[in-house]
Amino acid sequence: MTEPAARSHPAPRSPRTLGRRRWLSPRSLRPRLVVAFLLVAAFSALITSALTFDKARDAILDRAESAATDELRAQLDSRAADLPYPPSSEDLLRLTVLLDRAGTPRGWRTHVSYQDGPLVPAEAPGDPGVITASLRSALLRENGAVAQRVTRPGGPWLVVGMPVTHTRQDDAPTRIVVYAEMSLRGEQADIHALVTAARYGAIPAVALALVPALIAAAHVLRPVRRLRAGAHRITEGALDTRIPVRGNDELADLITTFNTMADTIERDATERRRLEAGARRFAADVSHELRTPLAAMVAVTEVLDEDTAHLDPDTSEALRLVAEETRKLARMVDDLMEISRFDAGAAILHTDEVDVAAAVRRTLRARGWSDRVDTELAEGIRVVLDPRRFDVALANLVGNALRHGGSPVRVELRRADARVVLDIVDHGPGIDPAVLAHIFDRFYKGDSARTRSEGSGLGLAIARENVHLHGGTLRATTAPGEGTVFTIELPLVPPSTPPDPRRLDDIGTHGTDHDDAPASSGEIAHRRPEDQ
Amino acid sequence: MPRVLLIEDDPAVRRGVGIALRRRGHEVAVAPTGEAGLATLEDFRPDLVLLDLMLPGINGLEVCRRIRERHQLPIIILTARGDDIDIVVGLEAGADDYVVKPAGGEVLGARIKAALRRAVPADPEDGTAEDSVSARADRYGDLTVDRAALIVSKNGTDLALAPSELKLLLYLSASAGRVYSRDILLERVWEHSFAGDARLVDACVLRLRGKVEDDPRRPRYVQTVRGFGYRFGPL
Repeated sequence: MTEPAARSHPAPRSPRTLGRRRWLSPRSLRPRLVVAFLLVAAFSALITSALTFDKARDAILDRAESAATDELRAQLDSRAADLPYPPSSEDLLRLTVLLDRAGTPRGWRTHVSYQDGPLVPAEAPGDPGVITASLRSALLRENGAVAQRVTRPGGPWLVVGMPVTHTRQDDAPTRIVVYAEMSLRGEQADIHALVTAARYGAIPAVALALVPALIAAAHVLRPVRRLRAGAHRITEGALDTRIPVRGNDELADLITTFNTMADTIERDATERRRLEAGARRFAADVSHELRTPLAAMVAVTEVLDEDTAHLDPDTSEALRLVAEETRKLARMVDDLMEISRFDAGAAILHTDEVDVAAAVRRTLRARGWSDRVDTELAEGIRVVLDPRRFDVALANLVGNALRHGGSPVRVELRRADARVVLDIVDHGPGIDPAVLAHIFDRFYKGDSARTRSEGSGLGLAIARENVHLHGGTLRATTAPGEGTVFTIELPLVPPSTPPDPRRLDDIGTHGTDHDDAPASSGEIAHRRPEDQ
Repeated sequence: MPRVLLIEDDPAVRRGVGIALRRRGHEVAVAPTGEAGLATLEDFRPDLVLLDLMLPGINGLEVCRRIRERHQLPIIILTARGDDIDIVVGLEAGADDYVVKPAGGEVLGARIKAALRRAVPADPEDGTAEDSVSARADRYGDLTVDRAALIVSKNGTDLALAPSELKLLLYLSASAGRVYSRDILLERVWEHSFAGDARLVDACVLRLRGKVEDDPRRPRYVQTVRGFGYRFGPL
């Protein structure tokens, strides 16, 4: 559980950069929300102005129409009385002149027809005219005033047709019809002004809608962003991450659910850690308790060995067995304690700068392996390491090679860049690839036929832990029938370990190095008294 | 035959180690507590003390300190592997060596033998054999090293050096100015054949400086050569 900081998978992008990159992406929530908001605003502005425009236009035109009709009627009422009946063409012409003069403010032109005859005055030649046949027939049907709007190239026109009733003829239809045609350009200008006003009103409305759109997007996105940041922190291992719940909406529900999930994860993790710690403590406690009786037993195994000669064969055999197994048990308990310390994170490096080749030779010599192991050691490589741990790791690997690999065993030492590489080569049968994957597992027995070997089953695991503690790597490669190579790679200087505060007090660093001193290793060798 | 006082609270370990040591020809007295051990020390007059650090009553460290106040006999701590702090503190309290439990009679015997040797055994490779220099009383600054009598004095006052301190000083001063690595010192002075624990050397150097140097923080006699080891002088 001390490792997660050193996890090797690529670091996830931070939520901040993610967020910034997202901002501009069209698939991100914020632009989508804003666009949707603006579309809604634009549609509503459009529909509102369309309806308003429609109503206003109708109102303008209706008023123009009724005003023109009323005025024409008033003029006719006052002038038709003077019209002789039946009227001559001159009478009709005179009437139109009078009417035109009276209608100057409206700018209308009048025509008159009698008994469905030709218009007086006639319309300008080439002008298709606005007094259409449909208007004339509608007039006959209605027997009253009829207004019609006609679109001409110059703009819309209004035509009002009005039959003249003659008082002298007992209000019988006189069959005289007056037509007044006038341009609606003024009204059209009013309507255009309306359209412009609607347009100029809609644009700022849509622009203003951007503000509530952004605010709304932010309101939605803020909890989303907090959720993402929270999930990110949990992924990074901060299991106590909780997100404050604000408001009472669906996003608040989501955050509540998220917090519940985080609770569960944290509880499970705590429980798992507690169980793991319990298991580790139990292993440590057991080995600790076994150690004291074993210490007493191991002390006397030698006595058993020596005296067996004088006893009867069975007893002597039994005693030898007890002695051997006692020593084995002691080694196993020792290894178990060692592993427990690694698990508890209590394993500490006591480093020194040493000549690796000399350290390898000493390990081999101390165990009487010098004759059984060939060496090819590059001289003069000095490495900062913990001599005891290095010895343990190397001895476990060489011992393993001698037991399982078969002679000859070779140890090769070379330097590669800023690392030192140590190969332990045997020429045994090699290791099954399925087994190779588990070879550093605890109590993993590679060969099922050899149910119990000389080792504790922890040797390779301990070797690897010791190498890792130095910031190095240990790996095994194998070729069936050719043998196995265990490779230790160590940095020349292990990653800095926390200094022992108790010892720093009485060291005191001052002065300079000796001129002939090599690169200092003092920073790592915390336990060394310093001077000069 | 060397007399060994074993101070150990666990009865089984006491019995086992007692048997193993007697078997190797030692005369053994055992004490279950620190108090009993200190009392036995005066009557039994052992040549060496084997001391468990985890003791009821006054603890092993205190026992170690009290023995050192009056006696310069070798003290070996019995400790469990991994109790690193115990080792460091024990060495600072004046112990000469330590043995990790469980240890067989062979290991115990070897450590006791090494600790009892009064001087570093002759080494044919470098001319530090004691015979050739034994007749001299060498002077180094304020220090006088009498290699025959195994006495070191400073300004005429005899220094009370623990056996490992004395041996280290004799060994280093025999070839003054020469640099020795910790490994070599462990092999020669402590006779550790396995890759030993450099803390033994470091703790011993610290204690030695406390006794021979004018200012232990600016040592003249036992100097550190960073990255290599220690040397005596040059003055």
